[in-house]
Amino acid sequence: MKLGRSFLATAAALALAAGVAQTPAVAKEKVTVAFIGPLSGGVAANGLGGRNSADLAVKLRNQDENAKYEYELLTLDDECKPNVGVQVATRAAANRDVVAGVTHYCSAVAMGTVDTYNKFGLPVVVWGAVLPDITYANDYPEVHRVNGTMINQNQVAAEFMTDQGYETWVVIHDTTDYGQGHKKYFTESLEKNGGEVLATFGVTADQQDFTAELTQAKSLNPDVIYFGGLTPIGVRIRSQMDKLGIDAQFEGTSGIVSDAYIEGLGELAEGTVAFIEGAPIEKLPGGQYFKEQYDKANYNEPPEAYGAFAFAAMNLVLDKIEEVGPDRRKVRDALNKVEGRDSIVGEITFDDHGQNAVALITKFVVQDGKWVVWEDSEYASGERKLNGM
Amino acid sequence: MDLALLGQYVINGLMLGMMYALVAVGFTLFFGVLDVIKFSHGDVLMVGAFTGYTTFLGLEAAGVHMPVIQIVLLVIASTVLVGLLGAAIAKYLILPLTNAPALNILLATMMLGTVLREAVRLFFPEGSNPKRFPRLLPDTVIPIGGFDLRVDSLMLLIAGVLVIVAIHTVINRTKLGLAIRAVAQDAETARIMGINFELVVLVTFAIGSAAAAVAGVMNGLYYNEINFGMGLLLGVIGFAAAIVGGLGNIYGAILGGFLFAALQTIGAVALPFASAYKDVFAFAVIISIMAWRPTGLIPEKVSERV
Repeated sequence: MKLGRSFLATAAALALAAGVAQTPAVAKEKVTVAFIGPLSGGVAANGLGGRNSADLAVKLRNQDENAKYEYELLTLDDECKPNVGVQVATRAAANRDVVAGVTHYCSAVAMGTVDTYNKFGLPVVVWGAVLPDITYANDYPEVHRVNGTMINQNQVAAEFMTDQGYETWVVIHDTTDYGQGHKKYFTESLEKNGGEVLATFGVTADQQDFTAELTQAKSLNPDVIYFGGLTPIGVRIRSQMDKLGIDAQFEGTSGIVSDAYIEGLGELAEGTVAFIEGAPIEKLPGGQYFKEQYDKANYNEPPEAYGAFAFAAMNLVLDKIEEVGPDRRKVRDALNKVEGRDSIVGEITFDDHGQNAVALITKFVVQDGKWVVWEDSEYASGERKLNGM
Repeated sequence: MDLALLGQYVINGLMLGMMYALVAVGFTLFFGVLDVIKFSHGDVLMVGAFTGYTTFLGLEAAGVHMPVIQIVLLVIASTVLVGLLGAAIAKYLILPLTNAPALNILLATMMLGTVLREAVRLFFPEGSNPKRFPRLLPDTVIPIGGFDLRVDSLMLLIAGVLVIVAIHTVINRTKLGLAIRAVAQDAETARIMGINFELVVLVTFAIGSAAAAVAGVMNGLYYNEINFGMGLLLGVIGFAAAIVGGLGNIYGAILGGFLFAALQTIGAVALPFASAYKDVFAFAVIISIMAWRPTGLIPEKVSERV
């Protein structure tokens, strides 16, 4: 942290010196880009991983002789606090040297800062925050996002499950924003894919007994029981399904992809499917390359789950600056036109809200007491079968 | 609705009702002897479930794998230890406060509940995660028409009935029970008659807490899952059941427990709105019953009101 800041200060001083000295024409024009994430506090590990990854993208670009500009990274700490986030976002956006930013891991912070970026006209690409509203609640042309949201997650989930041949669902969700959101987006996606929701049950987050809901579900005889919520309730519902003799397939969301889910259920966890935004690094299209470069750069912290997204977001921003020049408005418009672009996290296509419409979602299934990526599982190869298949 | 489905709902409701009744019996016993409300009761239940779970882990480690032996030992360990815990709570927290306003006891036991809950969460290994309670009962199914009756549910229900009958017998047919009833009616006079007041209180708290431990183990065996927060809602529901049945009367508590379970099941099944509101519905009905019969459905026989 300290090292990073002093390094940055030195770099800034050097840049200033270079600027004042009016170096000869062979030197490239300097362009500043910003990275904002939580560099201190409870989720600092993710923020530092993202910072390193964005820094790596900038360094690699500066090593590239064909690059038209020399890039500098302005790193700011939002502490995962909305009030601090708005302050640093304003600092970055008000600094006319900053052409674009790769911003925010925390949803609450990203939600708070989008207005600032819009007001100052700073194009940004969100690298980690998952709340759909960040891109969808407003019509801000400045705000983009490379990682997926629970909307993408449920689109993939609905398509995947209907492809497996399932036709009918009972949806259970907790009544928090998280559970409600999952219910909403899954139901919408399912209808598009021809699946049918037979019944929906909202349950409270501290509920222990689900036998009444599950007995009703059993009488409807669904192919799948979908649960939108977190691990503790997921464990209870799966366990009580078994008590009542419900042999439907159990499908969860990112909220149950945890070791605690498997420990809480033991063998009963086998065959549960769930989906997360993002993917393990080794599963990313450019994961190998990213990992090699990251290891070579010798950062003190690992990239964490969203480092690759920060890298991809920064690379995209630099690409656009190369294409249209260091002009906020032009970069913004260029970002809005991104379509079918390759990156280490897969293809990027921004929809009219700047959301990556083909965001990477990973499918998981529990096999022998572990969450296994679906494609690597014996379920995908046909050696084992999901319930009812 | 077909009969098979109805049968399933009835069994679900009876299981829930049995657990609520066992919790409510504790509340009503404590109120009977000392006129106190011990709000940590739900968390004592949770400690009972975790004691049972720990005993199971210990037996597994010691190489005892027979389910019958495991279940007997874990029930004994759980009831004895939690009984002692209940007596200790009475001796060191409640009795010293008997002359303080009732509100103080309520608050003190509520805080104790939080202490117990957080202690399990923090000090039990990975205590904040749900724990898998072992399946020790046979999972045989008796098909009755289209409805599958699980043997383990049946055994748990019978065990619950036995516990209630046992408590009933102790209270009504033994000398100890006579002493408990005497203290409940009039502690001063009971003392004058040579009854060891403190001992009776401690034993009563031990019995009530042991009943909660049984409910906790039952909960674990039925759901195969326990967690540090499981006692919170059970405590509130047990308390409500005891109040609506008539605080101080054991039959009232049992009636209240089953009534609450029935209301929850009806709320989840038969009403047109979402099942998320089943607790809202059940508690709302309880409030109306309380407005209608302020002393409960079966009031305590000796009332202090003039």
